[in-house]
Amino acid sequence: MRLSKSFNRSLWVFHFNSGSCNGCDIEIVCTLTPRYDPERFGIKLVGSPRHADVLLVTGPVVHDMAARLRRVYDQMPDPKVVICVGTCGQSGGVFFDSYNLDGPVGDVIPVDVYVPGCAPRPEAIIDAVVKGVAKLERLEAEGKK
Amino acid sequence: MSDSKPSYNIPIGPIHPALKEPILFTFKINGEVVEDLDFAPGKVHRGIEWMGMRRNPVQIAHLCDRICGICGVSHTLAFCRAVEQIAEIEVPERAHYVRTIVAELERIQSHLLWAGVAAHELGFDTLFHLAWRVREDAMDLLELITGNRVNYGIVQVGGVRRDITEDQFPKVEKTLAAYEDITKKLLKLFLEDTSIKVRCRDTGLMTRKQALELCTVGPTARASGLEMDVRLDAPYAAYGDLDFTMVLPDQYAGEIRGDVYDRIVVRLLEVVQSMSIIRQCIDNMPPGVVMWEQKYAKILATCKKAEGEAFGRVEAPRGECFHFVRMNKSESPEAWKVKASTYSNQMSWLTMLKNEQIADIPIIVASIDPCMSCTDRVAVIGNGTSGILTKQDLHRLSVEKTRRIQGC
Repeated sequence: MRLSKSFNRSLWVFHFNSGSCNGCDIEIVCTLTPRYDPERFGIKLVGSPRHADVLLVTGPVVHDMAARLRRVYDQMPDPKVVICVGTCGQSGGVFFDSYNLDGPVGDVIPVDVYVPGCAPRPEAIIDAVVKGVAKLERLEAEGKK
Repeated sequence: MSDSKPSYNIPIGPIHPALKEPILFTFKINGEVVEDLDFAPGKVHRGIEWMGMRRNPVQIAHLCDRICGICGVSHTLAFCRAVEQIAEIEVPERAHYVRTIVAELERIQSHLLWAGVAAHELGFDTLFHLAWRVREDAMDLLELITGNRVNYGIVQVGGVRRDITEDQFPKVEKTLAAYEDITKKLLKLFLEDTSIKVRCRDTGLMTRKQALELCTVGPTARASGLEMDVRLDAPYAAYGDLDFTMVLPDQYAGEIRGDVYDRIVVRLLEVVQSMSIIRQCIDNMPPGVVMWEQKYAKILATCKKAEGEAFGRVEAPRGECFHFVRMNKSESPEAWKVKASTYSNQMSWLTMLKNEQIADIPIIVASIDPCMSCTDRVAVIGNGTSGILTKQDLHRLSVEKTRRIQGC
């Protein structure tokens, strides 16, 4: 039995910390543990960007990490989706006036889904991944044409 | 023998699956053994102190929460204590108890988080998932009391922003009772499991003398038998009224070896201790208000008139968290220095990792419970171009700054 098209493919996620306060990173790991358990849908964290479909970026992109974020993004195979988790990746958040920011994330790499919140709840992160799935399927369908 | 072979360098990080946060390690490896190592933190530096010196104390309290998403209360508490001392703000008795309860809940969730990560680093993923599932109950309590899962935003200069109401007590008690059973199970799973014993016993050794010389703090120091705990040495909040003793590994194992196993023992026993502290707080909670002054404008006006310097010390889950603040009759502090616990603990890596095997690197690195976002405070960037300053340059800048602060 096929549940829906979304289950055709398991999403593998690579997590990139670009200078976050750990709040979002911990919530991402929370998302993957038994209470929320998205692994039943095949969503799991992987150790290499070359295996990943989704890039989860946390943090406001500090100067040291900007070049590395671009490199990780380039290493990911197409089609790919970038999800920016947390307010500081969207606008700088509380760190808006820092001298050490190259971000927000949208200035460094193209972002597909933004998750607001400082830090966002695990439910919000799962919702973002679901939106990411929809976008990936659209990208794949366009690629086939 | 491996002696005849040349050693080689392995860089690990800043982005690496074994690391939860960006930091760059360079290991000099001979065969399977770590000969020497170096590490370069600074990958999550956001310039928080610099930003803080442009904001007022009430705003900084919220910035403090975001120094670290795991030990947010400790940083805010340390900062608020420093400001309260300078501005001579008297915190209501009840607020002290609420602060203590939230700080201890934070310790429970942080230690369980660490226990999970440690199990994951050893390849024991079922235990990792169990520890994190258990941790969710502590997160629920924190959400009930503070309204947030992370970055609680409850501690403010002059008290706390939310009170714990009577109808929340039964829920707290219910969770603590559930924890009593589960911690027994966790202690058994962690401390009696053969594979954990084999991997952690006599791994990453640090003697009491080394711990003292390297100025380690918190559970890392206590696991080596160093008796230090800010909660007992210099009581703050409500800790002076409470009955508890220092956790040392010999209380469980009968001896102190200062290895990774002892660090697990200390952290797990501290979870049990934190539960008893929360119970005591709830039983003895005094009535009254939780804020020195409800109107923030009045708090800010008081802070604006304040002059002087003070430091706040707090026992964060990872060890002593230290904030120095100097105010000079202006809106924002004139100087603010944060010394997080990992800053003191990270040098112990050099001792612990030498002559260990490559496979033990993740668990030893994790064993001090590193928190880079707490630690990364210093980077030098000028006019959009980064540059490395020589030691003389740094010294010159430091002397100039001292003079500037002293006003001469």
